[in-house]
Amino acid sequence: MLGEGILKGMAETAKNFFLSYVSKERMTTVEYPEKRIPAVEAARVFPFLVYDGADWQAGMRCVACQICEKECPPKCIFIEKSKDKKPDYVGKLQFYPTRFDIDVSVCMSCQICVEVCPFEAIKMDNQFELATGDRFGGLLYDRHQLARSNEYYHSVHPTEASQVDVRLAAEKAKVEGKAKAAAEAAAQKAASPTPPAGGGS
Amino acid sequence: MATSPLFTHLDQIFILLCDWLVGFLPAALRPAAGVVLGVVAIVCLFPALFALTTVFERKGLGRIQNRLGPNRVGPFGLLQPIADGIKSLTKEDVVPLSANAAVHFLAPLVLVVAVFMGFAVLPMGRNMVLVDMDAGLLFFFAMGAATELSVFMAGWSSRNKYSLLGAMRAVAQMISYEVVLLLSSVAVVMISGSLSLPKIVDAQNTYTGIFPHWYIFTPWGLAGFVMYAIAATAETNRSPFDLPEGESELVAGYHTEYSGFKFALFFLGEYLAMFSISGLGTTLFLGGWSAPFSFLAFIPSWIWFFSKVMLSIFVFIWMRGTLPRLRQDQLMNFAWKFVLPFTLLNLFVTALWRFMGEGWLRWVVCSAILAAAYVLMGRIGMRSEHFGPRRYRYAE
Amino acid sequence: MSPIFYLLAALTIGGGLAAVLLKNLVHAALATTVAFAGLALLYLELDAQFAGFAQILVYIGAVAILIVFAILLTRGSDLPKDSVFSRTWAVGLVIAAAVFAVLAWAVLQSLRAVPQQMAVPAVTVHDIGNALVGRYVLPLEIVGLLLTAATVGAVIVAMHEKERPKP
Repeated sequence: MLGEGILKGMAETAKNFFLSYVSKERMTTVEYPEKRIPAVEAARVFPFLVYDGADWQAGMRCVACQICEKECPPKCIFIEKSKDKKPDYVGKLQFYPTRFDIDVSVCMSCQICVEVCPFEAIKMDNQFELATGDRFGGLLYDRHQLARSNEYYHSVHPTEASQVDVRLAAEKAKVEGKAKAAAEAAAQKAASPTPPAGGGS
Repeated sequence: MATSPLFTHLDQIFILLCDWLVGFLPAALRPAAGVVLGVVAIVCLFPALFALTTVFERKGLGRIQNRLGPNRVGPFGLLQPIADGIKSLTKEDVVPLSANAAVHFLAPLVLVVAVFMGFAVLPMGRNMVLVDMDAGLLFFFAMGAATELSVFMAGWSSRNKYSLLGAMRAVAQMISYEVVLLLSSVAVVMISGSLSLPKIVDAQNTYTGIFPHWYIFTPWGLAGFVMYAIAATAETNRSPFDLPEGESELVAGYHTEYSGFKFALFFLGEYLAMFSISGLGTTLFLGGWSAPFSFLAFIPSWIWFFSKVMLSIFVFIWMRGTLPRLRQDQLMNFAWKFVLPFTLLNLFVTALWRFMGEGWLRWVVCSAILAAAYVLMGRIGMRSEHFGPRRYRYAE
Repeated sequence: MSPIFYLLAALTIGGGLAAVLLKNLVHAALATTVAFAGLALLYLELDAQFAGFAQILVYIGAVAILIVFAILLTRGSDLPKDSVFSRTWAVGLVIAAAVFAVLAWAVLQSLRAVPQQMAVPAVTVHDIGNALVGRYVLPLEIVGLLLTAATVGAVIVAMHEKERPKP
């Protein structure tokens, strides 16, 4: 009958109106900024550089391989490689970035830099309240501003960070195992009878 | 109890206030001063109600849509209209270079003036009508007709094809529904025998037992009220008839090129038109300032009038939150193929009611005719057209 | 004659003159509307409430809208290239003067026929209604027929052509 739909619709909206005062699942508005939605683990906003330990320069995992700089679609990363090397988490000597700039106003949060990094050095942060009044450099972050500790990484992405830690520990164990095996082989060689060292080839 | 002096004084408090204030002037100036005081009261009261309505609309629509409305400015967002007012007064007034400056300037003025004139004949309480005209209803509709002209002026002077399109649509819609508005009011005039609004209210102010004789409680009155409500929604360009000013359709239709204070005037004009048409609907069908039950007559008459008007406004807001927008051809179809024939039939049924005399028979006969016509016309008049392959007609 | 009458007369004549002299056609239509409003106010000044409000409702609310729609739908809003006056304006002036003379003579004759001291009868809407369906019912019905014919004609003109039978 004509008008039936209208009456049903009006009943529905009346229900909405009155129940929105009493029912929590109907009124889903979160009154930002007094209240905030709890952060989601898989959220990604802008990247940060992970460092292990207490010293951000010595413990930084980034070895300036520049893969993320090449893969970044809007080209917002700028890296300058060092001339000398420093030891990484397994003790191997690696380069490090003397300059690592990300222009956060250009970054499109695609996470490609995270996906291609072979060293688990760059990860996504979830902070978005980064507005600043400085138009000309306020959103250009250098490596000190981007460096965050591994504990921070754990606090933001717990499951991911645990998996990364397991992987890195496995790598370290493998390297150490190899080193120990090499040391043992060398020790065995030294211990076992060897031909006189003088006339050897 | 209703006639005790306290309640009579409360009922007539504004008249007494006016007389007291006017008493300070010499006798020759008193009538003119009384009228001026009434005008000032209307000009101050209804824009204040408009401000309150904008907040209630936004909060009401928000709750209907399961979200909070504005709640930052003032407690529960009630001071939001002040923020809106400051915003619209301080915005730059942009007039397009090729626009017709004189007509562009005059259009909002014509709208607001015509709408304010309509308030002069509404009886807002016992003895509280500004001008008691013999042909008050006709005056009201004449002022309503003048608003159509301002819509056209706004759309044409903007030199914007979308504004012009919006204006043409708005004027076509308003003219079609104006006929319906008038015809549904004619039924009331037939029964009450007068075009003067205070007399129409007096005719409804009688009670059988505790029930009032409002016209909405009669079969033809209910049908007339529904048609009047539909026509009122279309006249004031409210959802679901707001295609001419739909934000997602034509930017803002005929008031696209208006900014700042002129836009605020259009907005004010639209809401005031809503108030005045609700006021007229209350007067014609809902008994004006009379109380719903005879034992409630001690509550002042102006409280009843404004409660009924605000209730109508709430129903307008409710409809806006419920219904999707009607397309132009759908709403014109609706007007000419369903509402108008039904209104004409309503006139006939009203005449039948009048001449059948008192008794239960006229209730049964009139209700039966109207219900049958509603179902039949709903089936026949609103049959959806079968869409075949599109055929285009190009202008010669 | 009261000063209000002169004011309203000036408004009406001004509107009429502007309607004829303005170049922009829509401006001219709006000036015509001002002339209609002036007429309505004159009716109201003469205490003919029904006539005044009906004038506003019908002329300003419907006829003026009709005029502007007609202007807009027939591309008449371009400015005229030549001047507003036609070349045969002298003949027009003579004819207008003749019509004015006839109307003035008719009005003055009726004034002489009606004595000045007669009180103006108070006509209410009730009386108008009674007269319309009592004494003047035939003109009312003829006007109704005329309007029906106009409506039917408008619908026919605006109707889509009948669908040609599908092959």
